[in-house]
Amino acid sequence: MSTETTAGTEPAALVGRAGAPFPVRIEHGKVAEFARAVGLDPAELAGSDGEPVPPATFLTTARLWSGPANDPWTGAGRNRSRVLHGEQEFVFHGRCPRVGETLTATSRIESVFEKSGRRGGTLRFSVTVTEFRDAAGTLVAEARSTGIETSRAATG
Amino acid sequence: MSAPPSWNDLQVGAAPPAYVDGPMTLTDIVRYQGASGDLNPLHHDPGYAQAAGYSGPFAVGMRQAGVLAAQAGRWLGHANVRRFRVRFQEQAWPGDVLVYEMRVTGKREEGGERLVDLELTCTRQGGGVHLRGTATYAVPDRSGA
Repeated sequence: MSTETTAGTEPAALVGRAGAPFPVRIEHGKVAEFARAVGLDPAELAGSDGEPVPPATFLTTARLWSGPANDPWTGAGRNRSRVLHGEQEFVFHGRCPRVGETLTATSRIESVFEKSGRRGGTLRFSVTVTEFRDAAGTLVAEARSTGIETSRAATG
Repeated sequence: MSAPPSWNDLQVGAAPPAYVDGPMTLTDIVRYQGASGDLNPLHHDPGYAQAAGYSGPFAVGMRQAGVLAAQAGRWLGHANVRRFRVRFQEQAWPGDVLVYEMRVTGKREEGGERLVDLELTCTRQGGGVHLRGTATYAVPDRSGA
């Protein structure tokens, strides 16, 4: 596997990088499939409109609508096999996404910082935020992902 | 979905029964990977996982985060979630039985909403903590206040 990392890249050169906005359609079938994969019966999610309410971590499926042009890490020299998922947060501004709507998502690198690893070496932390806006441009939700880039594979 | 408890009735320390799930299978992992679109082979391809230095495929943390969110939503209402955050700790493996727990750590009013703060954990039965999280739900007060 490649040993390429972003370690030589100054954080200032990464922070603020953004991908192109992309549409995310909230679809009944995908919500039902995702619900089953996290142990729910889609029928128990039925909201007031009869459609299933997307579970709280559903927006992780936005990746299915995203391509290289939408990913702020494209061309940043980061090796995905060296990046562990450290933290994940979803924030909803007053309401959840609804089946049938199309949100516009934009991902950007929010922060990059380094810490010493317990077993030596440096760990590079990076926070990537994806904002989801509705048809009126109102911020509906944010997904914030913390990646931890290691200089070698972490052993389980 | 059944109605969530009323805000007034939820006290700090309140907790639903623990949800015990497993043993986790590779099929559970693959089903989640297909649903989420995260097809990282570290979680289902033994040769790839071993070449990367692991003993074999391991769980996708986001699946268990999703199960935790699903259980919190069952309790307080899926549409009531305002914030959900998890930190991934020790890895979980096929064969693990996972225990999902949560409890109320605070109640507050903000922006005209009655909010309940939770702490959440997913623990490997006989092992350590796999996920630790916090969440906030807006829970209506149905006592008429």
